[in-house]
Amino acid sequence: MAASSPAGPLTRLMAWVDERFPLTRAMEDHATKYYAPKNVNFWYLFGALSLVVLVMQLLTGLWLTMSYVPSGDGAFASVEYIMRDVEYGDLIRLAHSTGASAFFAVVYLHMFRALAYGSYRKPRELLWLIGMAIYLVLMAEGFFGYLLPWGNMSYWAGQVIVSLVGAIPFFGADLMEWVRGDYGISDITLNRFFALHVVALPIALIGLVFIHIVALHHVGSNNPDGIEIKDHKDDKGVPLDGIPFHPYCTVHDFQATVAFLFIFCAIMFFAPEMFGYFLEKPNFEQADPLKTPDVIAPVWYYTPFYSMLRATTFPMFGLAAKFWGLVVMGAAILMPAMLPWLDRSPVKSMRYKGLASKVMLALLVVSFFVLGYLGTIHTTPLTTAIAQVFTLIYFAYFVLMPWYTRVEKTKAPPERVT
Amino acid sequence: MTKSAVMGMVGMVGLVATLTVHGAGSDVELEPMKPDLRDLPSLQRGMTLYVNYCLGCHSLKFQRYERTADDLGIPHDIALRNLVFPGRARPAGMDGTAIGNLMQTSMPQERAKGWFGKPPPDLTMVDRVRGTAWVYSMLKGFYVDPERPFGFNNRVYENIGMPHVLAGLQGVPRLVPKRPKPVDILDGVDAIVNKRPDGEYVTDVTAADELPDGEDPVIRGELADLEVDPGTGSMTAEEFDQAAYDLANFLHYVGDPGRQQRHRIGVWVLVFLAGLFVLATLLNREYRKDLH
Repeated sequence: MAASSPAGPLTRLMAWVDERFPLTRAMEDHATKYYAPKNVNFWYLFGALSLVVLVMQLLTGLWLTMSYVPSGDGAFASVEYIMRDVEYGDLIRLAHSTGASAFFAVVYLHMFRALAYGSYRKPRELLWLIGMAIYLVLMAEGFFGYLLPWGNMSYWAGQVIVSLVGAIPFFGADLMEWVRGDYGISDITLNRFFALHVVALPIALIGLVFIHIVALHHVGSNNPDGIEIKDHKDDKGVPLDGIPFHPYCTVHDFQATVAFLFIFCAIMFFAPEMFGYFLEKPNFEQADPLKTPDVIAPVWYYTPFYSMLRATTFPMFGLAAKFWGLVVMGAAILMPAMLPWLDRSPVKSMRYKGLASKVMLALLVVSFFVLGYLGTIHTTPLTTAIAQVFTLIYFAYFVLMPWYTRVEKTKAPPERVT
Repeated sequence: MTKSAVMGMVGMVGLVATLTVHGAGSDVELEPMKPDLRDLPSLQRGMTLYVNYCLGCHSLKFQRYERTADDLGIPHDIALRNLVFPGRARPAGMDGTAIGNLMQTSMPQERAKGWFGKPPPDLTMVDRVRGTAWVYSMLKGFYVDPERPFGFNNRVYENIGMPHVLAGLQGVPRLVPKRPKPVDILDGVDAIVNKRPDGEYVTDVTAADELPDGEDPVIRGELADLEVDPGTGSMTAEEFDQAAYDLANFLHYVGDPGRQQRHRIGVWVLVFLAGLFVLATLLNREYRKDLH
């Protein structure tokens, strides 16, 4: 590069590497000459933060595995050993448990951003589907991980969720036994969940996150206006409304990461149980197949779907209510994958969509919170009725979308980003 | 229209929240207790009480003497001399090294099963599972109940399967009806305390009939009070309250011994991150200037 003076040793090293590996090109393609829209806002920070949490979970998980004992006799004691006897083990463990909740928090915010600005729309359908796959793997990862402390809530929540498999007609009972590897949740189940949690799913997660980023960098980021910055380029092919990802986005993401870590550490150091929402009280007691907790509730990030499962109280077509609950829950989780084909609006961003879209999105968020809360408490006929109403509202957002996005009056998005 | 729909929704959430709070009521009111992990003398007294009165049956099987002594500011030699007793965990004749032992009971678990129906539970996590107020109230909740195999029952832990180990300190507590003072007319008043089917202790309705005409000092349906037989315990009521507090405080520490250290480190971590955030913000602002 420096043509006038002889190249220094670092430059020569870079040249040596570049001949053998596309290092400079990769850095340019994905950082210094990768252009992000200059109008991205607060909501665009959560993708980077998800990556930060992923790395934190991988590292703390690695260190936890060094002292954790995956067995019915040893698991609970080994977690207490980590909490008490391993140097700073409590910090590693609480970082991991707080990290699980943080992961879902940032992922939900990341997904909300996509809903609000239409990030799932053409040409980002595959990006969205890969993201959905990440979300599913993350849910499985969280579920398997939750059994590992072998506390009483681990055990019973595991029991309840695995028993859902049993609601499948004909094969249910056999399938359930196959999943557990035993007639109940046992040492065998714990060991296979451990294997899935620390080996299979993390690998899947890393792979999916990698292709998520590859797909993102191929199509480029969406932005709050929902228009393509690639439509307006200068004579060098650089988008006029783009800024190089590095350094402009990286310093911004760094700032966000520090802010995020502040909140994260405040919780981890001072309220790791988060009033029973991150670590549940019955889980401080070892798993006991003879002692059911008063309320069996999954951790907060599953409770919206758990509510829908419990709200499905009526059998249909000769199949048990539990089976339909499973269907409803599965549909609720998978429904967002259909979004690219459900949204018929001429515009992508909520900024230019009509009132109906805005109201429906607001209702979706409200129903998510209401169902989430209902999933943490005892059911009564009243709470079940409320959960049923909000389950319908949740589905209405998706099912009615082809209709309300077409009939509502939209505003014309600007030519260039605002 | 939209606004009112949202308001309605918020209202409904509020309603649900209120319903739950009322639905989750327990039948015994717990006495509030605010643990204080910085009160080392209290924790030290709590540990002393624990090893003297509780550890004979209840292990703290995840907790070590060494860490406890260190966290509570007790020198190892004093701990070894006064708090680590020989037993199965530490056969007589073994010296010093036992400071690193887990705080296990020396009670043989198999035999304990025969004595109590099931071995006395480990209490390492009792504070985290049940809460400090529960432990405190339970320690103060024993009362004489001749129908129980060990002669005592507990207001907080119905039909508890253990004796009132702290009776030597507290004295012999009995259930008496809550009543307006003076209390002189009600001799042998424990006989008129009855348990309702819902588990509440109330004064017996018929017993009131036996009182002289025109005198009805017993408030029907009121929860019963505990009263200690005078001269039966070595501690005054205040001293025993303090002892129960110290024990509950100690068990609060044992539930999560790293808490204090985390709070100490946490403050510095947050201070560091706050400082770093200022720098990161300034850096970001500097780069933003390029863009306009």
